[in-house]
Amino acid sequence: MTSSSTPVSAIGARIPRRELKRLLSGHGRYVDDIKLPHMLHAAFVRSPHAHAKIIAIDTTDARIAPGVAAVFTAVEINARCEPFVGVALHRPGHRSAPLPLLASDRAVWQGQPVAIVVAETRAEAEDAAELVAIEWEALPVIGNEQEAIAAGAPAIHAELGDNIAFDFSLNHGDSTRAFAEADVVIEEELRFARQMAMTLEARGLIADFNPGDETLTVIHAHQSPFQMQEIFSHQLKIPEHKVRVIAPDIGGGFGMKLNVYVDEIATVVASMILGRPVKLCVDRLESFLSDAQARDHHIKCRIALKKTGEILAMEVDDIAAIGAYGMPMRFNVAEGMMAITMAGAPYRFENYKARTRSVYVNKNLIGMYRGVGMPLACVVSELLTDFAAEKLGIDTVEFKRRNYWPKSALPCVTPGGQRLETVSFHECLEKLVQLMDYEGLRKEQRELRERGVYRGIGIATFCEQTAYGPPYYGPSGASISTQDGCTVRLEPSGMVRCITSLTDQGQGTLTGVAQIIAATLGVSIDDVSVVGGDSSISPYGGGAWASRGTAIGGEAALRAGNMLKKNILALASTVTQTAPEELDIVDGHVVNTQTGHNVASLADVGRIGYFRQDTLPKDFDVQLSVSASFVANDKVYYMANGVQASYVEVDCDTGFIKILGQWAVDDCGRVINPLLVDEQVRGGIVQGIGSVLFEECLYSEDANLLNGTLADYVLPMAYDVPDIFVGHVETPETSTQLGAKGIGEAGLIGAMGAVWVGVNDALKPLGAKVLHQPFTPERVLDALALAKR
Amino acid sequence: MSELDLIGDEDVEIETTLNGSTLKRRVKARQHLADFLRQEMELTGTHLGCEHGICGACTVLIDGRTARGCLTLAAQASGRTVDTIEGLSQSGKLAELQKEFIERNAAQCGFCSSGMLLTAYELVSEGKKLSRAEIREYMSGNMCRCTGYHAIIDAVEAVLTRVAGGKR
Amino acid sequence: MKARNFRYVRPASLQDAYRILADADAVPVAGGQSLLAGLNMRLSSPKLLVDIGGLKELTGQSVSGNVVRLGALTRHREVLGSALVRKHLPLLTQAVPYIGHIAIRNRGTLGGSLAYADPAAELPACAVALDATLVLGSASGEREVKAEDFFKGLFETDLKTGELIVAVKFPATPPGTSVGFAELSRRRGDFAIVGLAVVAAMQGDRIADARLVYLGCVERAKVARSVSAGLAGHAAPFADSSAFEETIRQDLSPDDMPGLRADTRIHMATVLTRRVLNTLSEKAAA
Repeated sequence: MTSSSTPVSAIGARIPRRELKRLLSGHGRYVDDIKLPHMLHAAFVRSPHAHAKIIAIDTTDARIAPGVAAVFTAVEINARCEPFVGVALHRPGHRSAPLPLLASDRAVWQGQPVAIVVAETRAEAEDAAELVAIEWEALPVIGNEQEAIAAGAPAIHAELGDNIAFDFSLNHGDSTRAFAEADVVIEEELRFARQMAMTLEARGLIADFNPGDETLTVIHAHQSPFQMQEIFSHQLKIPEHKVRVIAPDIGGGFGMKLNVYVDEIATVVASMILGRPVKLCVDRLESFLSDAQARDHHIKCRIALKKTGEILAMEVDDIAAIGAYGMPMRFNVAEGMMAITMAGAPYRFENYKARTRSVYVNKNLIGMYRGVGMPLACVVSELLTDFAAEKLGIDTVEFKRRNYWPKSALPCVTPGGQRLETVSFHECLEKLVQLMDYEGLRKEQRELRERGVYRGIGIATFCEQTAYGPPYYGPSGASISTQDGCTVRLEPSGMVRCITSLTDQGQGTLTGVAQIIAATLGVSIDDVSVVGGDSSISPYGGGAWASRGTAIGGEAALRAGNMLKKNILALASTVTQTAPEELDIVDGHVVNTQTGHNVASLADVGRIGYFRQDTLPKDFDVQLSVSASFVANDKVYYMANGVQASYVEVDCDTGFIKILGQWAVDDCGRVINPLLVDEQVRGGIVQGIGSVLFEECLYSEDANLLNGTLADYVLPMAYDVPDIFVGHVETPETSTQLGAKGIGEAGLIGAMGAVWVGVNDALKPLGAKVLHQPFTPERVLDALALAKR
Repeated sequence: MSELDLIGDEDVEIETTLNGSTLKRRVKARQHLADFLRQEMELTGTHLGCEHGICGACTVLIDGRTARGCLTLAAQASGRTVDTIEGLSQSGKLAELQKEFIERNAAQCGFCSSGMLLTAYELVSEGKKLSRAEIREYMSGNMCRCTGYHAIIDAVEAVLTRVAGGKR
Repeated sequence: MKARNFRYVRPASLQDAYRILADADAVPVAGGQSLLAGLNMRLSSPKLLVDIGGLKELTGQSVSGNVVRLGALTRHREVLGSALVRKHLPLLTQAVPYIGHIAIRNRGTLGGSLAYADPAAELPACAVALDATLVLGSASGEREVKAEDFFKGLFETDLKTGELIVAVKFPATPPGTSVGFAELSRRRGDFAIVGLAVVAAMQGDRIADARLVYLGCVERAKVARSVSAGLAGHAAPFADSSAFEETIRQDLSPDDMPGLRADTRIHMATVLTRRVLNTLSEKAAA
């Protein structure tokens, strides 16, 4: 790490985000704020049925409605795009039917787009959409995973023969024997309802195909502009260098805006056909039917232990209902795979058997959403170990102390195949115990139980794959880049301009890059500007997702900053006739470290480097704009870890749950900006609380969504969540200079485990267990009633 | 054609005081106030998160009080005053709140922030000493998906404490 | 979603409004907090919206004798902040904070809430619990209807085409009467799973005559006659729910809802009843 004496060295400092001044004064520019000349608006006609044949579509009345430019169906749209087949090549047996842009002969999920109306205004497009007449013939519906795998169940896609997308097992050691020999076995069946990511800004894009030069520019609320550049180019057969994707301000991503959406691509095709910009802003009602969803798992799991508390084995059997198709690029088998490969990871044991089946149902596609399968793995491990500790009469914290992988065992590979190197389970646990006053809360819990007040403490440990590298996506065949890059340019006036391939949906990646550049170069952070998210101006990269932005993009910025610094000093050295080793940059000035004097300002360097090259030696190569990329060729992921605690109270008369306190201790490697990191953790925690207590998509037997409005899909508001306290342990990633791992998803992962365990801890004296997320009041009351019987 | 077809209009003349300036416009009857501000007046700081009055991203002030822009017709705003995030920000009325929000990172994607700030502004303008739980309750009509609310409540509490001279 | 097309008119006077509203395709809008959400979701398609929000005849708060009169356009926020209401109709002061959120209460109106007749709404239940009388006006004059007779069914009232609620007359709550209100909902401000408004004439700590009106697990606001009658003579606090468990099942017959069965709602109604009744005794003692 190059030394720099920028005050408070920007790395590690609590620096507020510069973007906020703009965003808090109403000057953000989100997709729906942007107008292009001659722009039209799109609205979709979507299937009201989960499974139905399209007998006929009549667009006559729609096409002549006021303001309408065009109405297209599969006939016009699908012809322009290769269908997607969302399978991972390196997963033998992973199958999907081809996913078309618009449904042509039948619809296989409620909400699947059938026609696109393009009009002068969104309101007129919606008016015309109502005039599209479709004759449907209902088909039998596969509504859940049990129906999907039932013997004799019709295959949604006949060519697949059945509804199994992927069936994967792993087996390490001999769990069957371990269970036979165990003193204690805990076995549970868990359910996780289908959820929405629910970004406050729904999806949207402006597709701008310019017929003059046949270039495509897409202003896209998407986390990975480069991914979409590749898709638009490849699927729509536009040469890649003529495609530009720009991410503007984005109102939340959480992984949902990482997926591939057929309605978005259909909008691009409409723009190509019409030769005009077309905007799609999905509205909230549509978003419920079209945003990639999450979870929807049924997990059977068990753990075997000796009476000493030593874990002998775990077994996990997961079934995930992933919707009607494989998700292109982002593969919706990932939740199941992560759930079974990460379950139990923090604990030392040998024998592990697990299976995951991803199955097709007549529902919307599951896609990426914060944490993916890791929150499920956390719930499985932490619930089973907590119940085991109870059965064995061991305090749950003590149980964890005994069973975590000790530092002496690292690096190691877990029985689920996870590589643990620089994790810090014990350290985080001890810090958490202090932070939350664990003993004090246990005492309070005991005292209140005697008065009939049921409070619970849930402690949940997790480790977390962050910042996936090439070995993760590469073999899958998906053109997903796990590198990121940064161009850093000294401006003639001495300011610094940075262009990163990263995107920022509020997590603060751009501020993180600015800090790194400022610290590396030795300038004030106020003298550094950062732009990102434009596929035509920065080096190629992945963008912000999977807790990778700062870890990877920050490392690239660090490299670029170091390169630029070297070039600045080389020029200053030539101009001042001082050896470059004796020069440094401090507070925006080149200083002679021997004498301590300023020898040149960065403005001097800029002026000479850009305008007075005539004063330099003729063979001096001025390079005041440099680019660097970073990727860890051989790293599948970094492994971060953390532990959380939840202190809850269950009102056993009403089934209502209140969370009284939440604590988290995270080890995400080097913390670049604790202010931003803490807030990422808090935000993730509240999404985790929402998952466990509130959020679910409810369906009729015909797989029609019953609660597709914000009045009926319940999300936590300010009153529903507690104060959240965050602490840190820093075990830097050793394979990079920066040492950052990734933090974006940790909050959600740990919170799901902590709240599951906390609620069940509260109910232990009553012998009740709640095992179906979300823990609605009714599910809690039913669990209590069952325990009474 | 019934007599009803002669009454009223799909396009309506409105006169309103917007961010302190009076203006006259012709609006579509069906256009809600938030869309009027965003599309016709190009004041895009007011955001749409649901259009069914739940999320609060479209919060504006009507006659000095918070209201959902999506649950008010532009036509209903005729004869009233409307203030948006842009106007309140420019006038400096939100300066203290904005400063606290920035320092605490009480905003991430920023999409809820306009509505959040306007509701917070109404809270501190009332000047009543509220407990932290009461502050949470007051702010519970504004949905945030990014921050987990803690930093927002801290920011509002900090300003309220100065304004109301203490906490309940 | 964007609303379908409609026309808009702002009548200059109440009589103009009556005349225009005589056509069934015309719909009044006051606060608009319920109507506009429905329009934006294209759940309804009125041809003409009649903006009555500026009609002075529909505003005002007054007390005369022991009758409190609130104009139909009284906003929820105004009810909450009213000293008159706090003094004479403390039930409303307790109930209004449960209505939505601040921004909804700033715009929503008393008349709008009663006309919409959502069985999960607070004000219809309170109007019935307080034995209020609605003043309805039309081109042919005014008539009065008891609140309990006004609410006829699910979102259905006695309002005829061309009629508006003009005002609501509430008997002032006399001394020696306890009131209580509470709701169980998933989150603050959500529609009630179950709620209860109670107005009880007390004799010491005994309930002499109670009017219990439930919201959230009923089709319409009405007095729960069996529960109310069954409480006469009982003293609060209630150690258990034996005094009303059975009668609740007689008075309430909710439907199953997605994720919430009828029997769960009955259970919650029973729990809530005990909790609200136990707050009455605290007030009666004070």
